[in-house]
Amino acid sequence: MMPHLRYAVAGLTLSLCGLFGADDACAERLIVSVSNHRVTVTPNYSGEELVLFGSVERDDTAAAFRGNYDLVVTVSGPRTDMVTRRKERRFGIWINADSRQFLNVPSYLAISSNRPLDLVASPDVRRRQQLGLDNVLLTQRIGTDYADVVASDPFRSAFVRLRTEHGLYREATSAVTFLTPTLFRTGIPLPAEVPIGTYDVDIKLFANGALATQTQTAFEVVKVGFEQFIANTARHHGLAYGLATAMMALMTGWIASVVFRRD
Amino acid sequence: MQLYLPIADIPVNVFLILAMGMAVGFVSGMFGIGGGFLLTPLLIFIGISPAVAVASVSTHIAASSLSGALSYWRKRSIDLTLALVLLGGSIVGTILGVLLFTYLRTLGQLDLVIALSYVVLLGGVGTAMFYEGLRAIARARRGGNPTLRRPGSHSWVHGLPLKMRFKRSKIYLSVIPVNVIGLLIGFIGAIMGVGGSFILIPALIYVLRVPTSTVIGTSMALTLVTMVIATVLHAVTNHLVDAVLALILMIGGVTGAQFGARAGLRIRGEHLRLLLGLLILAVGVRFAVEIAIRPDDLYTVRDAGGAG
Repeated sequence: MMPHLRYAVAGLTLSLCGLFGADDACAERLIVSVSNHRVTVTPNYSGEELVLFGSVERDDTAAAFRGNYDLVVTVSGPRTDMVTRRKERRFGIWINADSRQFLNVPSYLAISSNRPLDLVASPDVRRRQQLGLDNVLLTQRIGTDYADVVASDPFRSAFVRLRTEHGLYREATSAVTFLTPTLFRTGIPLPAEVPIGTYDVDIKLFANGALATQTQTAFEVVKVGFEQFIANTARHHGLAYGLATAMMALMTGWIASVVFRRD
Repeated sequence: MQLYLPIADIPVNVFLILAMGMAVGFVSGMFGIGGGFLLTPLLIFIGISPAVAVASVSTHIAASSLSGALSYWRKRSIDLTLALVLLGGSIVGTILGVLLFTYLRTLGQLDLVIALSYVVLLGGVGTAMFYEGLRAIARARRGGNPTLRRPGSHSWVHGLPLKMRFKRSKIYLSVIPVNVIGLLIGFIGAIMGVGGSFILIPALIYVLRVPTSTVIGTSMALTLVTMVIATVLHAVTNHLVDAVLALILMIGGVTGAQFGARAGLRIRGEHLRLLLGLLILAVGVRFAVEIAIRPDDLYTVRDAGGAG
């Protein structure tokens, strides 16, 4: 379901781009690069910051545009299903009572822009382009219905708030810096509890509150070596892993009893 | 020194985990218990998910109870027959426990059940032990004889059929209560991530009237086997055993246990029981407070099983 939706959005923005540009081609082109396309989680990994560099290439038709560009970068991590639960007081104790399932939502989401999003584009454009944590699509399952809800929904806002507290969701409206009117950079901070998988980076350029052009790039976060071996074995060879771990425990216990033997 | 845990998926300070293992090992060596009831809450406290903590602590207890059991084996104070009959019930209990654990995880009530079990069991056992310790001290002050074993006072437990003889413990009793106790310990252990010796030892002494000479060794032998089974079952069903975390814990644990055992020898038995009762009670109260007062945040977010 999600891929189709995304193609629809892409199609829409391309046509917008055509409308905005004078003739057949877009007036602006984005060229971007991430400092590291493969982040490896090693034993001493404790968070990392990637840097995204880029420049706006303009052809002659864009020369008429005198204003400043606005840029919104959305980094979304591997998608997963999550549950948000709310505790309530029942029989004198606090227990998980109500819950909402969030389907296929990004496990990591960072939205960076060069100035507050309400200055970048109108509410309508922001919603259509999913700019900002309030506008990004977070599908919930409520009973048999699948829908995103208003940003003020208590479960949705709690979800976004908790993810933000863990450094997994983030909206930074001054994180994109224009070094020159066409050259920009922004940081992508990855927390220690980084989800493993492919990260999509969507870069959208706005001029006068309308989408001028956009481009995508991606990077991946992978466990390597020992971490990957352990995680893979635990997941795919549970029995062997369990037996090996139990053996390790027995060895440790035995060695200890030999080393510390006093009688 | 930070180390990234491959299953828990968070970086932790190796020395912190090692110190926790040592501290709990010290306590467990001193009192002759596994120490899981202290270690699991500590791990949850530093941010490891309850499910991973419970599963990994099982591995840690397996290691510490083997080194303990070996020294009791050399002192010939393990009743193997009794341990085997207990084990029969315990294996069934462990399997049931791991199944319930998996089911509760999908329901989202695992944390609550873990917390509630801690409150009820630790509160109950802690209070009983504390009270018993106080009485023993009072008795010792009066100069009376401590009467731990009363061979004449048989309860209804000793009237049950299917009796068999447990030679090393010098007792003759039905296998039914032994199996039931084993089942309960296995079940509780799998859900709470504890060896269960703090329940098993009183049960063996007060219900089955097993002499104190074989009780700790037998309990350790049983704990060893149930925790090995729990480790393998948790690894197969939930993929949650963090071998790296378990290894650091057990290295700290077996070291701490040696010092604990030496310290334990210098303290008198009734004082030891009083202290252990207080400690168990404190952990129980800590969990009671946690579920009784309004949490800072009413909302929690978790992966919806399967993924991650």
